[in-house]
Amino acid sequence: MELSFDLLINAVIAGILLGGFYTAVTLGVSISFGILDIVNIAHPAFIILGSYIAYIVNTRLGIDPIAVSILMLPVFYLLGAGVYQVYYESFERRGQESLRGLSFFFGLLFVTEVMLILVFGVDYRYVEAPYIGPSWRLGVMDFPLRMLVPCIAALTLFAALELYLSYTFIGRAIKAVAQDQLALRLMGASPVRIKRIAFGISIATASVAGALLIIIQPVEPSVGREYIGRVFAICVLGGLGSLPGTVIGAMLLGILESFTATFYGPSWAPAVAFGVLLLTLAFRPAGLLGR
Amino acid sequence: MRTRVFLLLLIAVAIVVFFATRWVNNDYVFFAGYTVLQFVVLSTAWNILGGYTGYVNFGSAAFFALGAYATVFLHKLYPLPIPLLIVVGGAVSGIVGLGMGYLTLRLRGAFFAIATLALAVVLQTLIVNWDYVGGSRGAYIIRPNEIALIGPYIQYLFLVMLALVVIALTVARGIERSRLGYGFATIRDDELAAEASGVPTLRLKLIATTLSGALMGMAGAPFPYYIGYLQPSSAFGLEYAVNSIAMPMIGGTTSWVGPLIGAILLGSLQQIATVTISSAVNLLIVGLLLVAFVIIAPNGIVGLVQGWIRRTK
Repeated sequence: MELSFDLLINAVIAGILLGGFYTAVTLGVSISFGILDIVNIAHPAFIILGSYIAYIVNTRLGIDPIAVSILMLPVFYLLGAGVYQVYYESFERRGQESLRGLSFFFGLLFVTEVMLILVFGVDYRYVEAPYIGPSWRLGVMDFPLRMLVPCIAALTLFAALELYLSYTFIGRAIKAVAQDQLALRLMGASPVRIKRIAFGISIATASVAGALLIIIQPVEPSVGREYIGRVFAICVLGGLGSLPGTVIGAMLLGILESFTATFYGPSWAPAVAFGVLLLTLAFRPAGLLGR
Repeated sequence: MRTRVFLLLLIAVAIVVFFATRWVNNDYVFFAGYTVLQFVVLSTAWNILGGYTGYVNFGSAAFFALGAYATVFLHKLYPLPIPLLIVVGGAVSGIVGLGMGYLTLRLRGAFFAIATLALAVVLQTLIVNWDYVGGSRGAYIIRPNEIALIGPYIQYLFLVMLALVVIALTVARGIERSRLGYGFATIRDDELAAEASGVPTLRLKLIATTLSGALMGMAGAPFPYYIGYLQPSSAFGLEYAVNSIAMPMIGGTTSWVGPLIGAILLGSLQQIATVTISSAVNLLIVGLLLVAFVIIAPNGIVGLVQGWIRRTK
């Protein structure tokens, strides 16, 4: 009995740590899809891009992957702002975002993946850092640092974003974009500019998420696909546009996946997100903390 | 032109294509041609939902693979003739399409797209874990060398796919000119207004999803016989998902001609590029063409040609 209790509590811990990491992966989509209404299905591709940048700098110069990702934030921000500009000019302004805008992001996802395959091949790549390997033990509880560090980093990222969105002018304007663009314009802010900034921020989070991903697991270009279902499941489960909801959704999915992996085998874990997504859409489309 | 006349014309063209290919008398032409025809069916099927109603399906590979795996499953039980397998594959994919649509189509369009994207991952997980149909190792299907009346088996498969193309194009064109097609168009242009005017939007969307999914499953059903050895990674290949979106988008989504043109052009281009360059590069070309076309030429080749005709008049 004690053994199964150990297993249970460690499955919960592993799930929470995993959920923390999922938070980092989903925050960007929470902003783009939840707040800006831009269905950026290419987000996982940007995350993988972040992983590969962390990998290159880490293996060449030996810099910590998380530090690399923070240094890369401005680059990803500009990349995101650029992508939004193209998206706005080509689709949003013409009112074609549903069919062609989606296809555009799908094309981006695909092109990024194939380019990474052409450059790096399909071998798994990994990084080195002092916290990959050891783990803390508290009684029967096991905290692998490889998971704990990304979890803490992700929650820090969440706190920073939530504070930014709640207490700065631009942050509040980003929230306002989702609610009433006309009112925002009357307050003297350009919705397009605000959305560009917000989308830039959403892509910037992919830099951090990518570094965390390659800390947690070895990465190859098509790994990103597994995260599409997860990211949107979490986003919908938490409630669109709610960052705290994203954290809760991520933790729930993390725990569910961890239980599935522990009791049924890890090969079934990818199916969990899809089940969660479909059930949420069928029974509570607004999500847990939906507006 | 009446649908019946159109169908007869298509059949005539198909017969000409078949005998012309036979006259070339090169097995490779049949192998390459089969793939191109398969893409014609897939992109036409995608367009019934995507082009006519405006709902994006990213899971073409899932529906295609369902058809293929339905064949593998039945083949293990009892070898059936291919036309029958096509019916079964179509039914399975159609039902999955209907179920997915029912759960997600009542909400915003984006949810359906996301769900289809996730569907491919989940079905692949399911197949990989299902030993009966080969699991992650894959399944062998030994195809006969010859078949009565036609000769080499690959020619038979080619003919089957040609028949599917005729069916898919007739269905697509039939929809365009029927009440159903006008209903689809109202959904694409303004769903809220359509709903308010009494168009049964959910029912129409479900019809489109089922039809589109079924045609994709039908295209997948003969695939195990074509490839001989079916692996989850080949059946769920990303190239099916991306091609069945890229081909209609590049050809033009508003009529049945667009996917046909897109599939023939892109499909042939890829057959050539796979042989001469590499398969990764040819996928990159498809992706870049897709992005370029949706940005620069939103109505595809058909739109470009129409614009050109209008200008020269």
